[in-house]
Amino acid sequence: MTTVTQTGKLPAERRGGFSKKLSGIIEPYLYVSPALVLIIAVMLMPLILGLSYAFRDIRILNPFSGGFVGTAHFEALISDQAFLGALANTAWWTFGSLLFQFGLGLILALLLNRQFLGRRMVQALVFLPWAVPTFLSGLNWAWMFNPVVGPLPHWMTSLGLMAEPFNILSDPDLAMWGPIIANIWFGIPFFAITMLAALQSIPKELYEAASIDGATTRQQFISITLPFLAPTIAITLMLRTIWIANFADLIVVMTNGGPADSTQIVASYIFTQAFRRLDFGYASAIAAVLLVLLLAYALSVIALRRAMTHADS
Amino acid sequence: MTLTGQTSTRKMIYWGSHYLMIAAFVIFALFPLYWLLKVSVTPNDILYTEGVRMWPSRTTWENYAFVLTQSNFPKYFLNSVIVSGTTAIVTTLVAALTGYAFSRFAFRGKVIIVALMLITQMFPLVMLIAPIFKILAPLGLTDSLTGLIIVYTAFNVPFATFLMQSFFDGIPKDLEEAAMIDGNTRFEAFRAIILPLTLPGVAATLGFVFTAAWSELLFALMLVSSESASTFPVGLLSFVSKFSVDFGQMMAAGVLALIPACLFFLLIQRYLVQGLTAGAVKG
Repeated sequence: MTTVTQTGKLPAERRGGFSKKLSGIIEPYLYVSPALVLIIAVMLMPLILGLSYAFRDIRILNPFSGGFVGTAHFEALISDQAFLGALANTAWWTFGSLLFQFGLGLILALLLNRQFLGRRMVQALVFLPWAVPTFLSGLNWAWMFNPVVGPLPHWMTSLGLMAEPFNILSDPDLAMWGPIIANIWFGIPFFAITMLAALQSIPKELYEAASIDGATTRQQFISITLPFLAPTIAITLMLRTIWIANFADLIVVMTNGGPADSTQIVASYIFTQAFRRLDFGYASAIAAVLLVLLLAYALSVIALRRAMTHADS
Repeated sequence: MTLTGQTSTRKMIYWGSHYLMIAAFVIFALFPLYWLLKVSVTPNDILYTEGVRMWPSRTTWENYAFVLTQSNFPKYFLNSVIVSGTTAIVTTLVAALTGYAFSRFAFRGKVIIVALMLITQMFPLVMLIAPIFKILAPLGLTDSLTGLIIVYTAFNVPFATFLMQSFFDGIPKDLEEAAMIDGNTRFEAFRAIILPLTLPGVAATLGFVFTAAWSELLFALMLVSSESASTFPVGLLSFVSKFSVDFGQMMAAGVLALIPACLFFLLIQRYLVQGLTAGAVKG
């Protein structure tokens, strides 16, 4: 508000009269319009179109498809074992990855929040996995787990965790650990960076005052650091949960959902239906379900937070 | 005397474990990349016999020579550079304009536009794969680099906008207002005074978007079908399924894919903490 009213008082604006004033009103929209056009054309319209596909029979290889099928896709979904398995796998994948990413990321941020020799160098190195293209992280970890060229199976054998070196990615019971470990490796820097930024925004005087009052390091952590970090932790965890649940790249690259759908998550299942089977209608129906589930998750988290802050005050 | 001795021992234990944990994180972060490099320079005949050795007894560049001269990778690499570079430049331009408007103007509908952009950060992009393919196919934009650039630009604009806005917010408004009193239009002031001051922000945004476009896989797989329009991720993945035996060559290609990402990472590394808090916590 302030800027527009302020500029109205400037001499340059006053000289122009009505047309100047009009252009002053239009100006912000001119700045915003390229972004808006792109987002509407490439994200909003496809989203609406996609939701309509969920109720239609759209298969790219079948020229006679395209008709309205009502809720047939959703009825098929309820009895689709692969989809139901994918739902459970999504929860396992998301919270398995998130827990370790967050825990290790927070520890790393606390370690980096101290001044020590070589800190800048260390920071650059530990953040590097975040810059590695995800398809490459996926391939690289798949190779690390491969007993032919990777060291991990041999190490696990020496440690007695395996009877003989084999690829955990081809074992239905263990395969999910592969993408999860790759995801932890890729995701720690994100949490570390976010937590580090939050840690650095805590006023130093608070710690000084607390140590003058004789508070121990642990007391300072509990009564200063944690309360200050809590809002960042809450919002980052929520956003990352949604992000990881949607993150299919590592799974597509490392296991393609296999073996026997044991690593298929909902997002990778959507991709498989669209990309391999070219069944856009069914893929869109799964996508619609995923959207509703994530929305419900986000809303319940927000409601929970609101209830908790109300209880506090 | 004993007291200081005790505290210094405790201090030593503290810093010892501090460095030990730091070392563990560094090793965890770097070892997979080290291994990638190691296999890429291992000659084929000793790849399996020296499978778990930390460094091969002989090294070779022949994997790189093959990838650079006998394969399609130079083409994929060029495609990826074109797509990521153009996406980064266009996105940063569009995001700079929008971020500036968010930072400096109050206008009707602003809240809705900001909310729209926030929502795009939350919903699964994978669900757009089918409809985007259907929209782009009749326009001749599937199997084309232009199509990929348009899609990537739209996907990256919201985050880049919030990032740019945070940089504009850090610049005092008085600067362009002074220029406007001198008779310049706002756009002139924006271009001549504000943009140069946000150059670090522009660099960071370019870096983020380039890295994101360089890594994107699923849309590239869906939208591109020919070799000539393949980006690096698509090329590498098809290489893996075709010649699944030649690990040395694949990893050499992988190392090559890593180079631009690492260069941009070094460029933006300084702004990571600032940029991600601005973008991630809002978005």
